[in-house]
Amino acid sequence: MAFALSAESEKELQAILARYPNKMAACIPVLHLCQDANENYVSEDVIQFVADRLELSAAHVKGVVTFYTLFNQRKPGKHQVWVCRTLSCAMRGSDKILHHCEKRLGIHVGQTTPDGKITLRTAECLASCGTAPMMQVNKDYFENLTVEDVDRVLDRLLLDA
Amino acid sequence: MLKPTTYLTYSYDKPDGFRLAPYEAQGGYQSARKALAMAREAVVEEAKKAHVRGRGGAGFDCGTKWSFMPKESAKPHYLVINADEGEPGTFKDRTIMERNPHSLIEGCIIGCYAIGAHACYIYVRDELHLSKARLWGAIEEARAKGYLGKTPFGKAYPIEVYVHTGAGAYICGEETSLLNSLEGRRGEPRLKPPFPAQYGAFGCPSTVNNVETIAIMPTVFQMGGDAFSQLSALHSFNDGGSRLFGVSGHVKRPGVYEACVGLTLRELIFDLGGGITGDRKLLAVIPGGSSCPVMRPEETVNLPNDPRFVAFNGKSILDLPLGVDTFRGIGSMLGTCCAIVLSDAADPALAIHNLMRFYRHESCGQCTPCREGCGWIERILDKVVAGKATIEELNQIHEIASDITGNTICAFGDGAAQPALSFVRKFRKELEDYVLSGGASQTRTLVA
Repeated sequence: MAFALSAESEKELQAILARYPNKMAACIPVLHLCQDANENYVSEDVIQFVADRLELSAAHVKGVVTFYTLFNQRKPGKHQVWVCRTLSCAMRGSDKILHHCEKRLGIHVGQTTPDGKITLRTAECLASCGTAPMMQVNKDYFENLTVEDVDRVLDRLLLDA
Repeated sequence: MLKPTTYLTYSYDKPDGFRLAPYEAQGGYQSARKALAMAREAVVEEAKKAHVRGRGGAGFDCGTKWSFMPKESAKPHYLVINADEGEPGTFKDRTIMERNPHSLIEGCIIGCYAIGAHACYIYVRDELHLSKARLWGAIEEARAKGYLGKTPFGKAYPIEVYVHTGAGAYICGEETSLLNSLEGRRGEPRLKPPFPAQYGAFGCPSTVNNVETIAIMPTVFQMGGDAFSQLSALHSFNDGGSRLFGVSGHVKRPGVYEACVGLTLRELIFDLGGGITGDRKLLAVIPGGSSCPVMRPEETVNLPNDPRFVAFNGKSILDLPLGVDTFRGIGSMLGTCCAIVLSDAADPALAIHNLMRFYRHESCGQCTPCREGCGWIERILDKVVAGKATIEELNQIHEIASDITGNTICAFGDGAAQPALSFVRKFRKELEDYVLSGGASQTRTLVA
């Protein structure tokens, strides 16, 4: 079925368009809007929808989608977890945090738990070096992590139906 | 010289410090009101007097950059704020957006007026969801008061500020790449010239400024440009005012600190940062974000032919004031002024391996030397840390990095080559020992 936005998201799309001198500039914000409304990924349907609405070619939109790491081209888990592993975090124990996540969830980096709840990924510097190690869970930052903190966060995600 | 200040950080420990009321209670939005009552040229002149060197890494004088904008043009002008903070080790702009967003919005009003723009886009990286929410909140509050909109402070000079978001690409912190991304394209850097002041966002004259550069502007106009510049111990280097300093890695109190320009690395690491974790020995410091060449504490300043450095020659680099020109002088860079500190517990081979993995991951792939070179260096370092590399391959890192330098469209290539070159040069003995002993000579960990 072709992708469509809810009435509320349509309003948001119009608000985004009003900010820019042309429609192309809305490409990234509108892709975010659609990704959020499409189980966190950008399908071919979404690409066509954005291309039609912004009067762009589907090739242009696909080019944008494939350039940026935060556009998922396949459906991820319900919750997305990113562990930062760049130097400042690595120096304060991000490896231990990452291995703990892998062990706790029984998956490797880049994989999703079999029940489709959590996707585990690594991230490059998330601008939280002073509060390392850290991870991002969906839209929230968790900083100055210990293994116990990670357990608490993951427990909550696993409980969430 | 350590002179702590609180121009930006006064609100950091207040739970409602991001709201309008506490910001106005300490004189907020008076500077924008003052600036809008001045002539546009006078605003630029005042900013020039402050010698605010760009806080995003390049260190270009902000007032001078503003003066490059055309006086008259048929096209609209744009102010674009670079809030795509992603340089490893850098985490200062996020604190401003989350805990003092009104300083940035007020700075945007002043900046828009100074460059003849009526619209400002703040390009925030997507991961910083709290920053975006706080900025939108601040924009709403300012608009409700009539500070933004058709007649800010009663003056018929419409100003609108918008938050734009990226989608996860370090390269979009490069100004021309950021402009492409703002226009809804792939974030690949553009050739310069034309420079953004002639042909920037949407093909119109534009200025791209860092968050902190703009957020400090209200302070500049409150104090007066000259008085602000005089705060700095490097006033004579045209490097004025106060700025945010970050310190992360193996220190006891990592974080963001605000102080007058002129702070030294020793003060940043030992006084503000609380010293090295576990009271170990300082091995190395990357002074301003990962693209800056690494420095060892044994290094001294040796610039006998530059009269500005007379007072510093022979001193340890730890005692050289942190300034754009001082650190350029000694062959490193001030960058974003957020230092990464490595104690002797850290294995230098793992450190450079970590950084080169970052650069390989983030290279946009437009220019061959950078796209291929970063991958080659990472793969050689993969072998080094696995204990399977040869001395010849260490030499190849040097060769590949040298071939990236200067051969790419944007500065990312140099930014990736510099850490590789500086680590191979300054940790030559450690890396050779590492290769010859298959890694047995080192700690094989980064954690203190």
